[in-house]
Amino acid sequence: MVKMVRKGKLVLLVLVLVAFSLSLAGCGQEKPTLYVYNWGDYIDEDILGEFEKEFGMKVVYDTYSTNEDMYVKIKSGGSNYDVIFPSEYMLTRMLQEDMLEKIDLNKIPNHKHLDERLMGTVYDPKNEYSLPYLWGTLGILYNTTLVDEEITSWDVLWDDKYRKQILMLDSQRDSIGAALIKLGYSVNTHDVDQLAEAGELLKQQKPLVLAYVVDEGKDKMVSGEASLALTWSGEAMYAISENEDLAYAIPEEGTNVWFDVMAIPKGAKNLEGAFKFMDFLNRPEIALRNTEYVGYSTPNVAARAMLPEEVRNDTQAYPSDEDIENAEFFVHLGDALRHYDRVWTEVKAH
Amino acid sequence: MKRATLFPYVIWMALFIVVPMLLVLYYAFTVPTDAGATWSLDNFSRFFEPIYLRVLGRSLRLAVISTIICLLLGYPAAMVMAGNAFSRKSVILLLFVVPMWMNFLLRTYAWLTLLERNGVINVLLNALRLPNLNILYTESAVVLGMVYNFLPFMVLPIYSVLSKIDKGVIEAAGDLGANSFRVFTRVIFPLSVPGLVSGVTMVFMPALTTFVISRLLGGGQFTLIGNLIEQQFLVVGDWGFGSSISVVMIVLILFSMAIMSFFEGEEKSVALW
Repeated sequence: MVKMVRKGKLVLLVLVLVAFSLSLAGCGQEKPTLYVYNWGDYIDEDILGEFEKEFGMKVVYDTYSTNEDMYVKIKSGGSNYDVIFPSEYMLTRMLQEDMLEKIDLNKIPNHKHLDERLMGTVYDPKNEYSLPYLWGTLGILYNTTLVDEEITSWDVLWDDKYRKQILMLDSQRDSIGAALIKLGYSVNTHDVDQLAEAGELLKQQKPLVLAYVVDEGKDKMVSGEASLALTWSGEAMYAISENEDLAYAIPEEGTNVWFDVMAIPKGAKNLEGAFKFMDFLNRPEIALRNTEYVGYSTPNVAARAMLPEEVRNDTQAYPSDEDIENAEFFVHLGDALRHYDRVWTEVKAH
Repeated sequence: MKRATLFPYVIWMALFIVVPMLLVLYYAFTVPTDAGATWSLDNFSRFFEPIYLRVLGRSLRLAVISTIICLLLGYPAAMVMAGNAFSRKSVILLLFVVPMWMNFLLRTYAWLTLLERNGVINVLLNALRLPNLNILYTESAVVLGMVYNFLPFMVLPIYSVLSKIDKGVIEAAGDLGANSFRVFTRVIFPLSVPGLVSGVTMVFMPALTTFVISRLLGGGQFTLIGNLIEQQFLVVGDWGFGSSISVVMIVLILFSMAIMSFFEGEEKSVALW
C-alpha cells in the first residue's frame, strides 16, 4: 500500500517535470534566442541590449577565459552556442576537427569594412568560416622611469641589468615564441633542436625573471613592481591607460600578430541570428565602441578611422605594414605541442 | 524501503564518481593511435623521468613543510580555543571560519598585493623602521599561501576532538598526581590523535595538489604537480599523461592515508569528514 502511494507520487513528479520542460520549450519558440560565447570583458555589453531591441531576439551571453576552456565545452557537446570567438590557432584546430559552420558573407554585408591584411589569412583563406574580431601583437611593456633605453630588441629581456625586474608570460607559446624569434627561428617550429635551444635560452633567463604571470601581470606593471614585461598589445594599452609611465614596444626582430575571430560552431540552431549578430558587430559605430571598451585593436577600417587621431595613428596599437610583414602568425601545432610542453616544464622545473 | 531511498544516490555516484574514475584510468593506461587507442604504460614511464620526479619532489616537500607549520600553529590554537580561558569561544571559532566563506582566489590575490615591494606589509615595516620583506614570488610565499588557506582545516578537527574530551578524565589524572605536562603527554595528546590525523590529512592533500597558490604567489616559477596536471588538460591536450599523473597522485594519497590510519590505531576518525 505504501509502495503504491510512493509510485503514484513518483509518476506525479515526472509529469510535473515534463510539463515544466515543455512550458520552457514553449517560451523559447516565441522569441528566437541567440547564444553567444565570448571571452570575459571582451565586448561592450550595452551592445547586446541594443541588438536585442533592434532584431527582436533574446541574447544569452556567456564568457570563458581561455581558448582551451571554450574548446573543451564545445567539443564535449551539450552546449548550444551560435557565435563563438576563438583565437586564430584555435580556429585551425576547430576547422581540422570539423567543428564550425560555414558563414554566408552575403548576409554579412558589413564585412567590407574589415582590414584586408587580416582577411584571407592562412587560417581561413577565403573567410568561409570566420571574420576577424579584434587583434594585436606580442611585445614588451616597460616602465620608462625604470628603463631609460629605447627598446628595440628582445635582448633586453635577457639583460642582467634588469635582474628580478622582468615578467614573462606563463604561456608556453608566447614565452617560447619570444625566445624563438630572438634566435631567428619560426614561432611555429616543429624542430626539436631549435626548441631545445629556445629552452636553454629561457633557462638562462630564469634568474632574471621576477615571475611568470598571466592576467595579474598588467597590475604588477601598473603598480611599478616590475620594469619590463612580455605582453600582448591589448593588455599593454590597458596598463598604459592606468599608468602613464608605461610604454609598449614591438622589437625589430619581429613579433607575433594574433587575432580573435567570430565563428559559428557546428549545429548552431540560430544561423540567421548569428549572421545578423556578426553583421551588427561589424557596423563601424559598433566596432568603434567595442575597441574603445576592450582596448584591443579593431580590424574594422571604418571604425579605426573614427578613433581619436592619437590612437588611430599609434604604431603601438596599429603597427606599420612593415612590422606586420615582419610578423608571424601562430599556427596550430598538433602533436608538436608536446615538445613545447616539455621544454616549458623543463624551464619551469629548472 | 531503505533500498528505494538509496537508489538515486547509487545512480548519482555511479554516474559522477565511478564512471569518471574509470575514464581517468582508461586514459592513463592507453595511448592514442590512428586506429583508436592501445593499452600502454608509456604515460607512466614518462612520469618517472627526472624532470617530472623533480616536480613531484618539490610538491611533496612544500606540502610537508606547510602541513608541519599548520600543525605547529594549529594545535596550540585549538587548545586555547578548547580551554576555559576564553568565555567567548564561539566568537573565535567564527573568526576562524568566516574567512573560509570568502572566495579562495580572492584571499590569495590579496596576498599578492600585501606582499608587493611597495605593498601594505612593507609600508608598515618601513614606518616601524624595520627591514623590508621581499618574499613574493619565492617558495616562502607559496608556503605562506598554503598555511594561510589551509590552517582552518587543521584547527577545526583538532578543536572538535579536544572540546569533547571529558573534563573528568583530566581531573582524575591530576588527582592521581600527574603534573600538567604529564596530563598533556599521557592523556590529552593521545586522545586528540584522531583529530590530528584528520587535520594533517585535510591540509596535506590540498597542499599537495594545489595549483592556484603556486601560480599566483610563486609567480609560476615553481611548477607543482597540480600545475603539471592542469597544463596537460588545458594547454597541451595530452589527457593520457594528465590522467596518469592523477592516478599516481591517487595512489600516493591512498598510501599516505594508510600510514595515517596506522597511527590512528583503533580510534575512529572524527570531525569534519
